[in-house]
Amino acid sequence: MVTRTLTVALAGNPNTGKSTLFNALTGLRQHVGNYPGVTVEKKTGSARVGEMDVHIIDLPGTYSLAPRSPDEMISVDLLLGHVKGEERPDVVVSIVDATNLERHLYLTTQVMELGVPVVVAVNLVDLADKHGLAIDFSQLERKLGVAVVPVQANRGIGLDSLKAAIAKAAESGRVPERVPFPDVFRREVDGLVEALGGEIEPFLAERALLDVGGYTEKQLAERFGSDLPRRVAEARTRLTAAGCPVPAVESKTRYAWIRQAVAGCVRRPNQRVLTWGDRLDKVFTHKVWGTLIFLVLMFLVFEAIFVFAKPLMDLIDSGRSWLAESVRGEMGAGPLRSLLTDGVLKGVGGVLVFLPQIMILFAVIAVLEDCGYMARAAFLMDKLMAKCGLNGKSFIPLLSSVACAVPGIMATRVIENRRDRLATILVAPLMSCSARLPLYMLLIGTFLSEPWWLPGVALFGMYMIGFVTAPLVALVLKRTLLRGETPLFVMEMPAFKVPQLRAVLRRMLSAGWAFVYRAGTLILASMIVIWALLYFPSRMPDGRPYEEATDELRDTAEQMPAGDAKDAKEREANELYGEWKRQSWLGQAGQALEPVFRPLGWDWKIGMSALASFPAREVIVGTLGIVYNQGEVDPKAVLERQDGDAEASDAGSKLGRTIQDEWSNDPRIGKYRVAVALSLLVFFALCCQCASTLAVIRRETRSWLWPAFTFTYMTVLAYVGALVTFQVGRLIIG
Amino acid sequence: MATTLDQVTPGRTCRIESLKGAASLVQRLLELGMMEGEQVTVVNKAPLGDPIEVECALTRLSLRKSEAAQIQVNLPD
Repeated sequence: MVTRTLTVALAGNPNTGKSTLFNALTGLRQHVGNYPGVTVEKKTGSARVGEMDVHIIDLPGTYSLAPRSPDEMISVDLLLGHVKGEERPDVVVSIVDATNLERHLYLTTQVMELGVPVVVAVNLVDLADKHGLAIDFSQLERKLGVAVVPVQANRGIGLDSLKAAIAKAAESGRVPERVPFPDVFRREVDGLVEALGGEIEPFLAERALLDVGGYTEKQLAERFGSDLPRRVAEARTRLTAAGCPVPAVESKTRYAWIRQAVAGCVRRPNQRVLTWGDRLDKVFTHKVWGTLIFLVLMFLVFEAIFVFAKPLMDLIDSGRSWLAESVRGEMGAGPLRSLLTDGVLKGVGGVLVFLPQIMILFAVIAVLEDCGYMARAAFLMDKLMAKCGLNGKSFIPLLSSVACAVPGIMATRVIENRRDRLATILVAPLMSCSARLPLYMLLIGTFLSEPWWLPGVALFGMYMIGFVTAPLVALVLKRTLLRGETPLFVMEMPAFKVPQLRAVLRRMLSAGWAFVYRAGTLILASMIVIWALLYFPSRMPDGRPYEEATDELRDTAEQMPAGDAKDAKEREANELYGEWKRQSWLGQAGQALEPVFRPLGWDWKIGMSALASFPAREVIVGTLGIVYNQGEVDPKAVLERQDGDAEASDAGSKLGRTIQDEWSNDPRIGKYRVAVALSLLVFFALCCQCASTLAVIRRETRSWLWPAFTFTYMTVLAYVGALVTFQVGRLIIG
Repeated sequence: MATTLDQVTPGRTCRIESLKGAASLVQRLLELGMMEGEQVTVVNKAPLGDPIEVECALTRLSLRKSEAAQIQVNLPD
């Protein structure tokens, strides 16, 4: 028996349950990729229909096939068979919402004009039932002239009938009738096709005429020359004169046809049934209650990523330490061991450690989006965000970035408008993330601890830097690089639904996997580069490897009984370790770049520590420990100083004291040490020292340009900020 | 009374007379069924006064006031 492969595309409005249907049809046989040249995700999967293998493409949700951007054009191109590497669909399944058939059938009538067999899947029939709607499906099928199948995608009801209808439609190959547009419009379409030598589908000619300022016209103009816009404009003038102005002629014609088709098929109750969703909507968008609920929910979102993720992150971190220790015990000292423990394991750990936050945030977002709250949250926050040129949907990504920019940037996928999304991505790393906290705590605890109120104010100030700078930068970006017409904020407020556990889990896992798979390698690579820069040259002047010598000193110290002799030995080990790192390539770079750091008040040791923390900013604490001969201090030691963990806090406060002493005794830093500390703080608040963030920007924007831009603008901003801080501080101190 | 949709107080229903403004806005509104002659109810206003929530032909939408101002409506007296 020969198996045939069918290609089926799913088309539908957002919030129709299209993804649910896609999941129900394909199960786990899914693949997420991307289309060439656009940021839209390509979701495909496979299913079996009878004897046939079916390749299913889940098109991005849209209200209409009227492309205004390359991202929207991809659906049209795919349906017309213009995308390389994808077969033209044999059947298009148009999924519509039973509770609002008229509006959803609008897209269906467009799909019916592509010259491909169409099957209409009417979803949410249970909900329609609750609303008191009675739909006569067989009559609707006759009126529309295409197969109509009622389904409940979330419960898997009606899938067999749908599959049978798909198989039947593919077999018959019957193309649906077009919606009858006025003759004068049809003539213009035919005329345009003819003028272009019959090289385009009537559908594209129709779009070129209907979509004023749309993408089809632009694309055709590129292909057929500048004569085309004039031709289209003339046709539009003729249409207006004939009483068929674009774009109104389209909606008028389609809705008239749909209403006539639906008229006898749907029976509505005389009085609209007030659903629990309507009542909920009243509360959620209420001035007082809505705002209150919003604040509580946002607090929970924030807590979830900040607090609930912590035990998991600690677990990953201790797993990494344990593995590193095991490797250290099994292998002899040498570059390979060091590469494994300090390069590879640190890199892998550095990737995995983000997973809890990413997965928790995406679970929360999936719930908020599936139940319909996301649109309400955007509704509540829109005015505030519009002030800095963004829109309501930017709020949750930016809030999440206060915990970590990586999940925050991934969360910008909820923003449809490309420029708004890009602006949000580019400013998200300015929000003060939790990886900055160790340095804040170390320096504030050391230099700004008195009087009692100062540490709190200083820490608040550090967060404010992000809260103030991010909106300002967004505003500047929207006025310059990302300038363009104000995007639409016409947003559907979808009906409230109970989210599906399976869909939530799926979103969570796919977000986690996408991060590991696409961003992980880049993070790992940057960790290995920094490791090499800090490891080599690895030999002491007498030719002995530093690693061997420091290990020996440490082992000796470990075996000694507690006391002054042991402390002296430990100090010796730390000093040698520090010497090694100071003469490493990175150390040499730090010394060479000292003139660059000088205006910020830094010496080369501070500069080198800042350089070493470019792949991951929390590394600064460990590097400061190394350069000041304290061994590699764990960033957690600084944070736990507050929690009263005696052993850990010891290392943290010792590092603080050492920095205090070193800076006080340095002839150039000396009395300006507070200004130096502030300049370093400001630098860290503004700089993009995070390879993971850059890797994720690269992944989300599918371009190297935007991570390079983010890195450059934030580094410049950080340098200037630190410069101003130090110079002003120096003037004040006098 | 002729006015624009952004001026209509929550809870009131009016009739769309015409759509103005950017081509993309007009087309999106039309696609969602906000056509001449349709009834629109203003459901709610965001706490900061903007945007507004409207209902038209069973669809609930959030519109910025600047967008709603492009919709000419007739409000029954």
